[in-house]
Amino acid sequence: MLLFLVLCPILAAILILIGAPARFTALVTAILNLIVAFVLFVEFDRAAAGFQFISSTVVSTDWGIHFAFGVDGLSLLMLELAALVSVAAVWFTGKIDSYESAFYACLLLISAGAIGAFAAIDLFFFYAFHELALIPTFLLIGIWGTGNRSRAAWKITIYLTVGSFILLIGLILLYQSLPASARSFDFRDLQTAATAHALAAPAQRHIYLLLLIGFGVLISLFPFHSWAPEAYASAPSPAAMLHAGVLKKFGLYGLLRLAVPLLPDGAHYWTQLLVILLLGNIIYIGLATIAQKQLDWMLGYSSVMHMGYIFLGIASANSIGSTGAATLIFAHGLSIALLFAIAGQIRERTGTLSFDDLGGLAKVMPFAGLAFGFGAFAAIGLPGFANFASEIMIFFGAFRHGWEMQRFHLFQIATVLALWGVVISTVYMLRAYRATFMGTMPERWATLVDLRRSLRIPAAILIAALIIVGFFPQTVVNIITPAIRTYFLTANK
Amino acid sequence: MIAIGAPYLEIAVLVCGMAILLLETFATKMDRKLFAYAGIVVLTAVLIGSFFLAPQETPQSASAFWNFYIADGLAIFFKRFELITTILVLVMMIDYAPEIQRSMDRTGTNLGEFFSLPLLTCAGLMYLVSAIDFIFIFVSLELVTISFFVLVSFARKDAVALEAGVKYLILGGVSAAFLVYGITWIFGATGETNLQRITTSFAGGNVDTHAATFGAVLIIVGLGFKIAAVPFQAWVPDVYQGAPTPVTAFLSVGSKTAGFVVLIRVLQPFLMLPNMQRLLVLLALLTVVYGNLAALPQQNLKRLLGYSSIAHAGYLLIAVVCLDGPSLAFYLVAYLLMTLLSFAVLILVSQKTGDEISGFDGLGKREPFLAFAMLVAMVSLAGLPFTAGFFGKFFIFASAIAQKQFVLVAVGILTVACGFYYYLKVVRAMYWPAADQPSAQNETITISPLSRLIMIALMVATIVLGVYPQPILNALKH
Repeated sequence: MLLFLVLCPILAAILILIGAPARFTALVTAILNLIVAFVLFVEFDRAAAGFQFISSTVVSTDWGIHFAFGVDGLSLLMLELAALVSVAAVWFTGKIDSYESAFYACLLLISAGAIGAFAAIDLFFFYAFHELALIPTFLLIGIWGTGNRSRAAWKITIYLTVGSFILLIGLILLYQSLPASARSFDFRDLQTAATAHALAAPAQRHIYLLLLIGFGVLISLFPFHSWAPEAYASAPSPAAMLHAGVLKKFGLYGLLRLAVPLLPDGAHYWTQLLVILLLGNIIYIGLATIAQKQLDWMLGYSSVMHMGYIFLGIASANSIGSTGAATLIFAHGLSIALLFAIAGQIRERTGTLSFDDLGGLAKVMPFAGLAFGFGAFAAIGLPGFANFASEIMIFFGAFRHGWEMQRFHLFQIATVLALWGVVISTVYMLRAYRATFMGTMPERWATLVDLRRSLRIPAAILIAALIIVGFFPQTVVNIITPAIRTYFLTANK
Repeated sequence: MIAIGAPYLEIAVLVCGMAILLLETFATKMDRKLFAYAGIVVLTAVLIGSFFLAPQETPQSASAFWNFYIADGLAIFFKRFELITTILVLVMMIDYAPEIQRSMDRTGTNLGEFFSLPLLTCAGLMYLVSAIDFIFIFVSLELVTISFFVLVSFARKDAVALEAGVKYLILGGVSAAFLVYGITWIFGATGETNLQRITTSFAGGNVDTHAATFGAVLIIVGLGFKIAAVPFQAWVPDVYQGAPTPVTAFLSVGSKTAGFVVLIRVLQPFLMLPNMQRLLVLLALLTVVYGNLAALPQQNLKRLLGYSSIAHAGYLLIAVVCLDGPSLAFYLVAYLLMTLLSFAVLILVSQKTGDEISGFDGLGKREPFLAFAMLVAMVSLAGLPFTAGFFGKFFIFASAIAQKQFVLVAVGILTVACGFYYYLKVVRAMYWPAADQPSAQNETITISPLSRLIMIALMVATIVLGVYPQPILNALKH
């Protein structure tokens, strides 16, 4: 089933390039994948902690590389996210003027790359599948983007290349730092080796730093973030949905999957650095977001800012914080995809996303206004949405980390500042909402039409997922907890 | 089962090359393209024959000939490698023949020579990968180089080609001189020209290491010209740009590969000399940095590929520093696939719109097949996963990390990022031309079935080896 999830989009992309009807094939593939992902979710054994649905083929006996897939709770949640957002992204794709088939093929390849990376349990393919999405992203922004698309395409490509090669070095170093008998690319073997403390603490520090920088560039961690807003502002909205919603989460998934459980000493050593950088994400980028004058740039910056909360959950290195981080990855992916989708619809109709030109659009586009409102409230972290449930877990996890009654610990300060970040995100989200949908409407927008009826389905799917997880966080927490708990059995020796 | 002695492979190739030369002289009425097809058939037969080799006699027990010729796993592997390269180059030459005829005024003249010289070169390359004696290395290297002198300046009415020919001639002569001088120093120090016996005499201990080091450095200089390592790369851009495109492809794959095989064979005894590894690290650093940085601003695709071949020589030198034969071989195979694929596309496109990168503007619309082939080649050259190029870089960086050559790794990473820029520049031109002018070049490009087949085969091989590298690693173990 996992093989189907991974290979189906790739095959569909090839078929589309050869000449199959582009939109139809892509949509059918994405929906099929969503169904399979849902079946996986139902079939998944929630009590077990290890990987399930494993399939494995040897690729290189010399190097012990396997084309191996499997899911535990964490990767299953990522797969659900990828499948949901893929459907929405393909569905929201409007009319494409040139190379229509290539557009859909690129979307499917990004989706396949993300799914492959989340489902792989082999270090090599974990890395390789993420890179599969690099060229489609480059082409999507370069060919179909808006604004200064060429610059944005180069920037994201060069940044992500450097980041992922730093990551590659980190991964190779991780592999070679293990004693020769324990060397393996298999996640399960790596986990066993880490449990047996096969990695010395100094080696862990070097590797963790490389992984943190490598993944950090991919996630837009504070000093390495400048590619993200620009790329998301220029990208066509389905590409932005997939990239900001799913692909960028690869780095966070990698940190949760590899860096924290395999390198606990390294993670501990660099905690302070990470906390300072993530505050940069929350506070500095948060303020920068308020200053934005265009909806697409505002969304791009806000997606960088929210990464800070996920980092906070990861940095807290305890079960509740990490569970919160994993849930927030899911929730943020859905909400940012919804926001980018609506922004894309507005751009398609008005040709501009500058706050000065917009206003009062809720009158002519009531459904768009409603959906954007849901997305914005979710992103702020209003109770009832998945984002709230996960942020509250992160705040509890972070506040409790290293609890010392005598003095106010770094983490407690960070948590308080992060709570102020919520206020910041309220400010910019509500300002954006007011500038776009409220107030007086310029005359020229009076003839705009609302979202097509069929487009309301994917929007409704995203909103429904956000609300269900918001009211019943147990549905996802249940499946993540066994996986996360094994990590901290390791970490806390 | 039939068993063939290894040296018969080269003899068959040589005989075929000579036969074509004779036919060129006497059979004036024959269609010249038939020669190329004959060459392809013979080389394919030899390639098949190479799978039925008799087990080789050990050098110790053998006659004088076996003292300088070895047919070990490495040699057989690279013999096949050179055969495949030459076959692909011949296919490209058939596509390129009209260009040659245009530059020669009279139709059909000398085309037979153009098709027979690659066969002689191929024989030289096959000898070269088997050579374990300095004299034999020198002789077969000269066979290769002299054929290339002619091939590079083949379009002799063209001033650029002549310039390329003269540059290659002079620098080829200089490099040969360095090589011979180095050989004499080593002979003076050890009294031997045979690599295996040099190893034993080093082990014996009573060798003047200063003299031997000096000789080894001179040899590295001489081979440095062949593999285009910095600072011996000055000839590359001009020669690559001026030579007929199939010859450029041949130079950058065939000649470079043989150079690396010789280098790794020659270095084995000398690495025990002091400072030799440090020298190679320096050479590798200079080569990756120079090749990648110089490729950044290029606007001519042939020149760009020239600089990129310097860059790849740098990555290959990292494998040489680590003395990692399998990684080197895998990288060379990947390099063969992607380089020849890009040259195959370039030959077809440049006949219509020239070999500037701007000639590729909008190719994605005009010729989706060629554009996609170029995309695969460029992505693999840049080193993206699921292409052979990535596994090549992965293996090399892995062995560099294992040897704790962290400076090489760090510099390598930065230069790989440069590589993404200049390779994707070609992709950008094909899919979103900078200026949105309606491209005036609306002529369709005709792709012959043979070259379409070859391109598909190269693409498939690039992607399959990018997912499943084991066949090549197995082939090396023999």
